[in-house]
Amino acid sequence: MIFSEHLLTVITFLPTLGALVLLLVGGKGEAVDNLARWIALAFTLVTAALSLWLWALFDPANTAFQFVENFDWIGDTIGYRMGVDGISVLFIPLTAVLMPAVVLTSWGSITKRVKEYLIVFLVLETFMIGAFATLDLALFYVFFEGTLIPMFLIIGIWGGARRIQATYKFFFYSFTGTVLMLLAIMAMFWQAGTLDIQQLLKFRFPPEVQTWLWIGFFASFAVKMPMWPFHRWLPEAHVEAPTGGSVILAAILLKLGGYGFIRFSISMFPDASHQFANFVFVLSIAAIIITSLIALVQTDMKKLIAYSSVAHMGFVTMGIFSGNIYGIHGAIFQMISHGIVSAALFLCVGVVYDRMHTREISAYGGLVERMPRYAFAFMVFTMANVGLPGTSGFIGEFLTMLAVFQVNTWVAFFAAFGVILSAAYALWLYRRVIFGALTKESLKGILDLDRREIAVLVPLVVLTILFGFYPAPILDATAASVNLVAENFANAIGAAPQAVAAAAGH
Amino acid sequence: MLIQAIVFLPLIGALIAGLLGRVIGHRTSEYITTGLLIIAAVCSWIVFAGYWFAPEAAEAAGHGEATKVEVMRWIASGGLDLRWVLRVDTLTAVMLVVVTTVSSLVHVYSIGYMADDPHRARFFAYLSLFTFAMLMLVTADNFLQMFFGWEGVGLASYLLIGFWYTRPSANAAAMKAFVVNRVGDFGFALGIFAAFLVLGQLNFDDAFHAVEANKDATIHFLSWDFHAMTVVCLLLFMGAMGKSAQFLLHTWLPDAMEGPTPVSALIHAATMVTAGVFMVARFSPMFVASEFAMITVMIVGAITAFFAATVGLVQNDIKRVIAYSTCSQLGYMFVALGAGMFSAGIFHLFTHAFFKALLFLGAGSVIHAMHHEQDMRNMGGLRKKIPVTYWLMIIGTLALTGVGIPGTPLGFAGFFSKDGIIEVAYAAGGSTGYIAFWALVIAAMFTSFYSWRLIHLTFHGSPRDATHGFGHDVHEDDANAHAEPDAAGNHHEEHRSAYDHAHESPPVMLVPLYILAAGAVLAGVVFNDLFFGHAEHIEHFFAGSLVVPGDLLEAAHGVPLWVKWSATVAMLIGFVAAYQMYIRDPAAPRRLADANPGLYRFLLNKWYFDELYDRIFVRPAIWLGTALWKGFDDQLVDKTLTEGLGARVKDITGRVVKLQSGYLYHYAFAMLIGIAALLTWAIAAGGLLG
Repeated sequence: MIFSEHLLTVITFLPTLGALVLLLVGGKGEAVDNLARWIALAFTLVTAALSLWLWALFDPANTAFQFVENFDWIGDTIGYRMGVDGISVLFIPLTAVLMPAVVLTSWGSITKRVKEYLIVFLVLETFMIGAFATLDLALFYVFFEGTLIPMFLIIGIWGGARRIQATYKFFFYSFTGTVLMLLAIMAMFWQAGTLDIQQLLKFRFPPEVQTWLWIGFFASFAVKMPMWPFHRWLPEAHVEAPTGGSVILAAILLKLGGYGFIRFSISMFPDASHQFANFVFVLSIAAIIITSLIALVQTDMKKLIAYSSVAHMGFVTMGIFSGNIYGIHGAIFQMISHGIVSAALFLCVGVVYDRMHTREISAYGGLVERMPRYAFAFMVFTMANVGLPGTSGFIGEFLTMLAVFQVNTWVAFFAAFGVILSAAYALWLYRRVIFGALTKESLKGILDLDRREIAVLVPLVVLTILFGFYPAPILDATAASVNLVAENFANAIGAAPQAVAAAAGH
Repeated sequence: MLIQAIVFLPLIGALIAGLLGRVIGHRTSEYITTGLLIIAAVCSWIVFAGYWFAPEAAEAAGHGEATKVEVMRWIASGGLDLRWVLRVDTLTAVMLVVVTTVSSLVHVYSIGYMADDPHRARFFAYLSLFTFAMLMLVTADNFLQMFFGWEGVGLASYLLIGFWYTRPSANAAAMKAFVVNRVGDFGFALGIFAAFLVLGQLNFDDAFHAVEANKDATIHFLSWDFHAMTVVCLLLFMGAMGKSAQFLLHTWLPDAMEGPTPVSALIHAATMVTAGVFMVARFSPMFVASEFAMITVMIVGAITAFFAATVGLVQNDIKRVIAYSTCSQLGYMFVALGAGMFSAGIFHLFTHAFFKALLFLGAGSVIHAMHHEQDMRNMGGLRKKIPVTYWLMIIGTLALTGVGIPGTPLGFAGFFSKDGIIEVAYAAGGSTGYIAFWALVIAAMFTSFYSWRLIHLTFHGSPRDATHGFGHDVHEDDANAHAEPDAAGNHHEEHRSAYDHAHESPPVMLVPLYILAAGAVLAGVVFNDLFFGHAEHIEHFFAGSLVVPGDLLEAAHGVPLWVKWSATVAMLIGFVAAYQMYIRDPAAPRRLADANPGLYRFLLNKWYFDELYDRIFVRPAIWLGTALWKGFDDQLVDKTLTEGLGARVKDITGRVVKLQSGYLYHYAFAMLIGIAALLTWAIAAGGLLG
């Protein structure tokens, strides 16, 4: 029994072990809270290190699933099956690397029930990593659905004033979606006789069945992404969630939807995906343009960033359903990049929220005067949000638009408006918060980033710029699997893998 | 190594000054960034000399083969393999010289100009960052790297326009510049996608080779079939229009004057705004495949040249006059490109960089002398106070207005390049050629008028600041008057003694002006042959880096005598008119404005483009955003659907189970039941099947 063979299991459940250890910590008071934080930090850091090791050991040339563990569990229906390929492998380090940052923010912003807060987050980490790492559909459902409970608690207990309303919406939407997915999962089992994802990927569902299965999964993933017009829960949830909750929600939980679209919708139901592609394109365009316009008029920093997340996810869905290599590659890149950048933006909001306890944009202005370091970090992330070349935000947008231009120029045309609108809302936010004269009395004594905040933000700044100039680590790790998915999709729908010839020749 | 040094030394400078500025201090930051840029400039001239003096050697190395230095991989996906490559050919070498020379001079100048600013290190970091991005743009070997440089200079421009961040007008201008440029980038990005679809490659060499095979291809764009290369070129040209402030996308450039004056000289006159010209020249193998795109380029250029010149006639802010002049001159360059005489466009870019940077830095010297006063109505009579600046400005004006004797190699820089373009426009023929020709001749007259008006208002006559009489009764409109703040970011409230305290600038500011003045005098006569002489020489010099149409060149050299003289005559008319109206009869402008109030206001308000755009783009966007948010999201989705549905569910479940805890838990409960059901079913099914 070699350790690396069970690496996925270790990474998935190490955070839960951490949660169990925290349960043993008794007592109350500042010292106990700090002890809990240090324990949680240690566990998340080890998990992060192991996840990076996983990335290092991952063989990018191999399109098969790696680190596979496959045990029957309940009959031969549900098995304990784990494994990653190029589609899923990067989401695990993304999750694991952001968790220490979340734990670090708990020092400044969480003062009540610290231990419980950390336990909930550690359990959530297990669910998230599990959802990406499992190769059993039933387990996927459990992990996917399981993320709702901790998130529900995080917003409901540590959230803001209107948290009950927000949790209600969050739950209402997510739950309605997953019920339909559950039905689809059952139907898949009756069709294919297995819940093993590796088997299901080889199974070819009849096209008329695909349609219904596709809709079932779509309901769940579209809410999770969220796609317009199923996005309404997101701004509320973000506004009410504590900083750590927002970070995880934006950076990881939304990606479950995109991951699901690639793993299930495109790979298992190619005919239906092709059939529904235009429908998805319309919703993606609506997300990009409409939510960008809405972001333009927001008065709450978090809401603005939340709406911009919806717009960015529009690029992801657009890329995935273009069905070609560039689109899927770009979508994965965009998800990783958005995971870094949106997390960083929410952390940036958290920084000033901890100081001023308001997220109203109008309460700020001229922060650069007192907070030059903060202004610099915020500028980097704003530019990444705008999709400036040289930041990670550019590459995903570029590839997805390049991809969809080959499929449907109208979609690319409208998506490109996002390029203009994102600049407008992001720079306007920056201008109102950071620039201008520092005239507000309340801001006169505001302090720049402290050492803990620097420790959180600097790695994110570095990653944002690094992946902008040298995206190869991400693109290479995913390339082989993406090619396979795109190839299978093209074969299934009977189209030539390249649209160039068809479009250019006449 | 030479090429890497040119591109990366500015980046190193930017990083040092930007990240360590507060540690090493302002003075050190200034010296490091400036020193590194001077080294880069020297290297650029060395590279350029290789193409200048030994074109045969360059050609022997392989016709049309550019020097390429691979730095590292970038985006690899599917059939796409883009790398960071520094590509140098003649076209790039010309741009390297322009960018690094002007940039290093502006760095030196800024040491004096920004001496009192508390954020100097940051300023120099931005300047160097800009230079790096611009160099990446001109050394690009694929569309995407060019786009990187393109957006990078946009970022630097944004940061520098908004450098005095406490001023709302500067912040607004910075944002406007970025967003309007993004409108252009919208086209540029789509152009890249279309080029990839049609040509199958994003590397320049491969893409240009593929043009021949695809020159008659059609593309299904949106819902129609178009000539493929026309679509590609027009989309790309939209990017050029944004960056080079061409008609319809020009509105950001005058506002960009909110930035410190050295920035205006470097970015908004000599380098960044010419990126669009460079782009079209770089893509010349593609543009020549589409006649319609070429005509569009020419028409847009001609309209811009004319339009901007009319607005320049009545502006009162010294920097805005020069800004509109820049806009107009860029139009000239595009006319040359659109006619197909790419080298003539690049020639004007080259000479323009010298004399326009000279004019801007000279204006900066005036503003510096007048303690940050920019309104020409409050100047006058400065010739005696700042004689060196005065004479340098005169040289710049002579070069801009194109003074020279047709038929002889005697003339200032602008004489060669601008008159060359006018001849090309005439030679291009056709209705568009004639329209462009007359638009440019009239614009030349206006150019001469507003340039001399600037000189007269600023340097001649008697002082008009608050203590010295006339004051504001010359023109009552304050619409466009702006003053740069001093170091502390405050406006100088007291203009009272501005004239009396006016002083000549220190040598650190004047030396760069001398060098630029030398360029403004000599750049034309020295380089005329390489850019606009014999077709053979031009082809030798450019060695395939852009398309050289021999026939058109012959035709341009053979235009009738009156065409050759037309620009000079127009220039003289403008000069005489300015002399008449601002020296002999200073009341004339007022009378003329009163006699044509509608026209005057139309020009003063820049053809009302800002108001128009505000009405048709900005306000509807805000209104739509609010409507979608409040109406659709909040009202329809939230109140009606979600909560309505929730209420129904609550009603039903309320009847079934009565839980005190609130409706949320119903869902949690239902979810658990769902999982339980799944497990039960799985066990049962597994058991049955197993």
